[in-house]
Amino acid sequence: MQVSMMINGTSVSLDVEPRTLLVHYLRDHAGLTGTNVGCDTSSCGACTVHLDGEAVKSCTVLAVQADDREVTTIEGLADGDVLHPMQQAFHECHALQCGYCTPGMIMAAVSLLDEVPNPTEADVREGLEGNLCRCTGYHNIVKAVLSAAGGDGGAS
Amino acid sequence: MIPAAFDYVRAESAGHALELLAEHGDEAKLLAGGHSLIPLMKFRLAAPAVVVDIGRITELSYVRDAGDHLAIGALTRHRDIEISELVGSQAGLLAAATSKVGDPQVRHRGTIGGALAHGDPASDVPAALLALRATMVVDGPDGQREVSSDDFFTGFLETAVGEQDLLTEIRVPKVPDAGWSFQKFNRRAQDWAIVGAAVLVNGGSCGVGLVNMDSRPVRAAGVESAIAGGADAAAAAASAADGLEPPADLNAGVEYRQHLARVLTRRGLEEAGA
Repeated sequence: MQVSMMINGTSVSLDVEPRTLLVHYLRDHAGLTGTNVGCDTSSCGACTVHLDGEAVKSCTVLAVQADDREVTTIEGLADGDVLHPMQQAFHECHALQCGYCTPGMIMAAVSLLDEVPNPTEADVREGLEGNLCRCTGYHNIVKAVLSAAGGDGGAS
Repeated sequence: MIPAAFDYVRAESAGHALELLAEHGDEAKLLAGGHSLIPLMKFRLAAPAVVVDIGRITELSYVRDAGDHLAIGALTRHRDIEISELVGSQAGLLAAATSKVGDPQVRHRGTIGGALAHGDPASDVPAALLALRATMVVDGPDGQREVSSDDFFTGFLETAVGEQDLLTEIRVPKVPDAGWSFQKFNRRAQDWAIVGAAVLVNGGSCGVGLVNMDSRPVRAAGVESAIAGGADAAAAAASAADGLEPPADLNAGVEYRQHLARVLTRRGLEEAGA
C-alpha cells in the first residue's frame, strides 16, 4: 500500500506492506539510518522519533499509522551545519560514549523540553525514563538537557 | 521483529468500525494506539488477518464534564488524561495512575480504551478505574450497553468487550474531595508494576484496586469492607491479598506479592487519609 508522510520537511511516498514498522520505513525505505533499532520491544527508546511533534518509539508504530502525518528524525534537527541546541548541548557536555542511544535520547529530550520547558533534574530523569543508555552515561545526558533548557535544574 | 502479514483497513467513525468488525468477524483486531497490540503482533502472539485501525476516530477522543461523572472517550491518549485539568481535579487517582503508564513515548500513543480492552492484570489504569467504580460503555451489534468496572475484566487478557464490540466511553464518578493514592512498586523506571495499589478514600468508604495480584485486575473487597466497618488503615490492609491468586515470576513469588499488596495498600490508605 502507498504510505505517505512528511519526513523532516520533505514529502515522502512509498509502496510498503501494511505490517511495515515506522522505523523500517525510515531506515530501509526512506534511507534515513540515523534512527537506531535497539531492543525492538519499545523499552530502550533508541528508535525515538517525533510524530506530529511528539516523541514516539518508531519500532512500535506502523508506518501506516504515520500516513499523512509529520515525522522528524535526528537528521531533521540541525539547520545545515548548525547543530540543534540539544545536539550542541550533548556535544559540549560529552553526553555520549558509544553513541547508539544518542539519536533517540536527543529526540526524547527535545520532546521533553517542548512539554516541560524549565525542568528540574528530577523532571529530566523521569522524562527520559523511556530511554536506556548502556554506557551508563546518564549523568552527562541529564546535564546536557538541563544546559539546553538554559536552567540549572532548580539547584539555585 | 516484524508482524505477520495482515490486511489494513481504516475506520472513519465508530459506526464504520462496527461495520468492519461485523464484516470481518473474529479475523479482525482493533488497533488504537497500538502499544499493546503491536508488541503482541511482533512476537507473533497475535496474528490477525485484518487490522481495523480506529486510531483516527477523533470523535472518541475527549474528556467531558457530564454532571456527576467525567465522560472519557475510549481513544483518549494517556498523555491527554495525564495532563487534563478536569481529570486532575475530579478524579486525581486516574491522572496519577495514568502518569505511571510506561514512559512518555508510550503515553503519547497508548489510549485508555486500548489499555482497558487489552485487560492486562499488570496494567496501572484498570486498578484506578476499579477503585473509582468507573463504568465502561460498549457499542455492539445489538446497540449500546454499560458495563460496571467489576464486570468488565472477565479473565486473563479477557474483557466484556466481545469480538464485534467497540469500547467507546469510560464514565468516571467525580470525586473532587476524595483522598487518593497510587502506589506502584517496581525495581526499574518504566517497568510494569510488580504489584500496585490504587486507593480512593471518600468519607467513610474506600475503593482499592490492585495491579498484578490475580489473573485479572481486581478489587481488594476485604479491605473496602473493613474500612467501611471502621477499621484503621493497618488493620484493613491486612486482608489486601485475601482470596487472590497472584502470579509468580522472575521478579516475585506469590508470598512476596501478597506481602507487597498488604504493604502498598496500607501506605495507600494512609496517604489517602483513611
